[in-house]
Amino acid sequence: MSANKIDAKIPDGALEQKWTKYRSTVPLVNPANKRNLEVIVVGSGLAGSSAAASLSELGYKVKVFCFQDSPRRAHSIAAQGGINAAKNYQNDGDSVYRLFYDTIKGGDYRARESNVYRLAEVSANIIDQCVAQGVPFAREYGGMLDNRSFGGTQVKRTFYAAGQTGQQLLLGAYSALQRQIGLGAVSMYTRHEMLDVVIIDGKCRGIIARDLISGKIERHTAHAVLLCTGGYGNVFFLSTNAMGSNVTAAWKAHKRGAFFGNPCFTQIHPTCIPVSGDHQSKLTLMSESLRNDGRIWVPKKKEDAAAIREGRLNPNDLKEEDRDYYLERRYPAFGNLVPRDVASRAAKERCDAGFGVNQTGEAVYLDFAHNMKYKYGKKEAAKKGITNPTEAQLTELGKAVVKEQYGNLFDMYHQITGVNPYENPMMIYPAVHYTMGGLWVDYNLMTTVPGLYALGEANFSDHGANRLGASALMQGLADGYFVIPYTIGAYLSNEIRTGNINPDHEAFVAAEKSVSETLQKLMSIKGSKSVDYFHKRLGKIMWDKCGMARNAEGLKQAITDIQQLRSEFWSDVRIPGDLNEFNPELEKAGRVADFIELGELMCRDALNRNESCGGHFREEYQTEEGEALRDDENFSYVSAWEFKPGVDWELHKEELKYENIKIAQRSYK
Amino acid sequence: MSGNMNLTLKVWRQKNKSDKGRFETYPVQDISPDMSFLEMFDVLNEKLINDGKEPVAFDHDCREGICGMCSMFINGRPHGPLQGVTTCQLHMRSFKTGDTIVVEPWRAKAFPVIKDLAVDRSAFDRIIASGGFISVNTGNAQDANATPIGKDDADASFAAAMCIGCGACVAACKNASAMLFVSAKISQFALLPQGQPERNQRVLNMVAQMDAEGFGSCTNTGACEAECPKGISLSNIARMNRDFIGAQLSSQKV
Repeated sequence: MSANKIDAKIPDGALEQKWTKYRSTVPLVNPANKRNLEVIVVGSGLAGSSAAASLSELGYKVKVFCFQDSPRRAHSIAAQGGINAAKNYQNDGDSVYRLFYDTIKGGDYRARESNVYRLAEVSANIIDQCVAQGVPFAREYGGMLDNRSFGGTQVKRTFYAAGQTGQQLLLGAYSALQRQIGLGAVSMYTRHEMLDVVIIDGKCRGIIARDLISGKIERHTAHAVLLCTGGYGNVFFLSTNAMGSNVTAAWKAHKRGAFFGNPCFTQIHPTCIPVSGDHQSKLTLMSESLRNDGRIWVPKKKEDAAAIREGRLNPNDLKEEDRDYYLERRYPAFGNLVPRDVASRAAKERCDAGFGVNQTGEAVYLDFAHNMKYKYGKKEAAKKGITNPTEAQLTELGKAVVKEQYGNLFDMYHQITGVNPYENPMMIYPAVHYTMGGLWVDYNLMTTVPGLYALGEANFSDHGANRLGASALMQGLADGYFVIPYTIGAYLSNEIRTGNINPDHEAFVAAEKSVSETLQKLMSIKGSKSVDYFHKRLGKIMWDKCGMARNAEGLKQAITDIQQLRSEFWSDVRIPGDLNEFNPELEKAGRVADFIELGELMCRDALNRNESCGGHFREEYQTEEGEALRDDENFSYVSAWEFKPGVDWELHKEELKYENIKIAQRSYK
Repeated sequence: MSGNMNLTLKVWRQKNKSDKGRFETYPVQDISPDMSFLEMFDVLNEKLINDGKEPVAFDHDCREGICGMCSMFINGRPHGPLQGVTTCQLHMRSFKTGDTIVVEPWRAKAFPVIKDLAVDRSAFDRIIASGGFISVNTGNAQDANATPIGKDDADASFAAAMCIGCGACVAACKNASAMLFVSAKISQFALLPQGQPERNQRVLNMVAQMDAEGFGSCTNTGACEAECPKGISLSNIARMNRDFIGAQLSSQKV
């Protein structure tokens, strides 16, 4: 093990001065030179679109790649609840420091101070930029922007557009990108998948991509490559990610020398629609913002839970005193707004103890009846001057408010489950949602491969072991709009004499050949099982052994099982169709092959980390009350894994230094 | 399992853009009413693969009704029989055992078929690139609360901005017109103070690009609004028409 292979390049100076000083002293590239420098952006979500648009505005030659039919489809589009920013518009005590502190604490003290502080600093600029682009955030009657609360904080700093904030922010970044495309400054490659990065003399010089319609393998040169390709939650098969979300771009980069940071840090989101059957292809999130107004409960008595499961008891008829609002009971200070990892584990604990409320026993209630009636109903009644309103009146009045705030989420729930959430409490259960781990990057967002960057969810940098709600959108846009346009100059200012990269260089030829051979190999297996068959098996291993709770024995078993699965996959997968045509099964096969390798690394990382922190819960390491028990003495580091041939890894460590925050056991009580 | 369904699917199969294409009939058995329409297609494809046949290509991604990628024309209606719902959010409880379901791609000259049920909707991206934005470079923005925007305007702008760009409006229209899609974007910005400086130029450019892509004219039948999974209102088209005429009359560039 060595520590010197990674250098986070954190600028000197006081925390509050680092970014300001860095921005003012980072080398610049003059406009005439920018025109000769090519940047490739892979992925068109919040991080990718915002980076591509901003770099193009600066004058760089930009190429963007996405596997979907349009950049607007990237999965950022599905983010629901909101985006955090330290604007303090509510006058409730928010500040850059507080956002920074909440994020570090929420991440269970496993994130890098300097990056998180910078994130909090630029958060306010993001809101300004988005409003200028015409993003229609929710507003109050006076015309000012509205905010809502999210988990892990005690201020209201979340900006939103109903339950479609991600959509509106992405469409903002997408229109900025389309504007550059229209100006001829960005070349867009839709329905293209990156299948390798090309490295010449130790620097990233381009990518190999497959045109998903024709199957043609293409070489694309660049002076820098930005991977903005999102997270890898689909390693679990069932997750809230889109069907196409994958790790392939990051994984190919990893195999070419980019270290992978904290791969085992996975976020299991507490409020998702429970699994209903084997046919299920994905899970659907119910936004964290619902925890503003929804109260989470299970019955106090096991016999009531059983009666509900068997359909003998209607939950609406269960008396108040027979309900266990377990988050409010266990965490009175934060109540239903504890961070996601805490809420998820608490739900699992209740369900494991036999209090689950659906047929599978894996669901708890998220109930709006109380707030609909008493919070909103009463307020509306008072506004309308209705004295002594009836219960039914209160419900009716409150329903209208809830509909305005969460209408699309309620409709979605109704559509998927067939149950009307205005009349009945929602049933929810935790599901895989986000991955805090990702490619290791330094302060510049550069990976361990010079010229190769990772932005947004694809990197590991800002969320430690648990991400706070409404912070993914913030990070994606911070990286793309306000960080990379500056930090990329530190590297590209040394590339102005490089000139055009030669696509016929032997490294390009070799990379293209290796991509073609892998695809041909996949097609030639002609086995007996579909790609999904293997993906589902992988997902089950990961969920059972490397999911919400992990232990050493299970992880060791999982590693053996995954290695076995890998050899079965490469000898028995069946891919129909041809190489040189639109072939979604072939696309999936390549992605699942990478997920299988990643799954093993996640288990190894989880096995190495002999502590519990954030979303990483090792059963052996917990307090008497069942909370995560960190070991700061031995594990206050980022795991940065280096790939070794033959599917093996070497661990490097980035020690985390907390100079501005006193680390303590996280408490939300 | 009780309540599960047996169905007959008539699915459009087309090898590539130049292939003529034809319907194929497939029976599917034991379909749970809780499955989404696309999950039912997963079952069909799994069966086709196991039988050594080629699965049906179709576009899909988020499967929660927001990315706008899924695009099936089901029993003569884009996204199927329900209102306000994309194909991925259509569940099999909307059908009954014994049903025959006809599934086709979006049909429009501007949306050529790529394969089977997947079509090329890049025309929409080109329309946005022609003017569907506010020209503000990163870093140019003033404080977000510097310009108050009335809640009603903000809400109306948001209602237009909810468009997911799926193309159901085009598929539903007998003229394959894209007016609902284009007018939604124009309205989003027309209702906001930030959108005013480019208002005239935007509508002229976007309409010109829409025509160049080969979309048809609007004859106000309202099929687009009825089939839009996000409930985008026909009134947006009226606003676009007003803006278009106004912009033509006042344009300095004649």
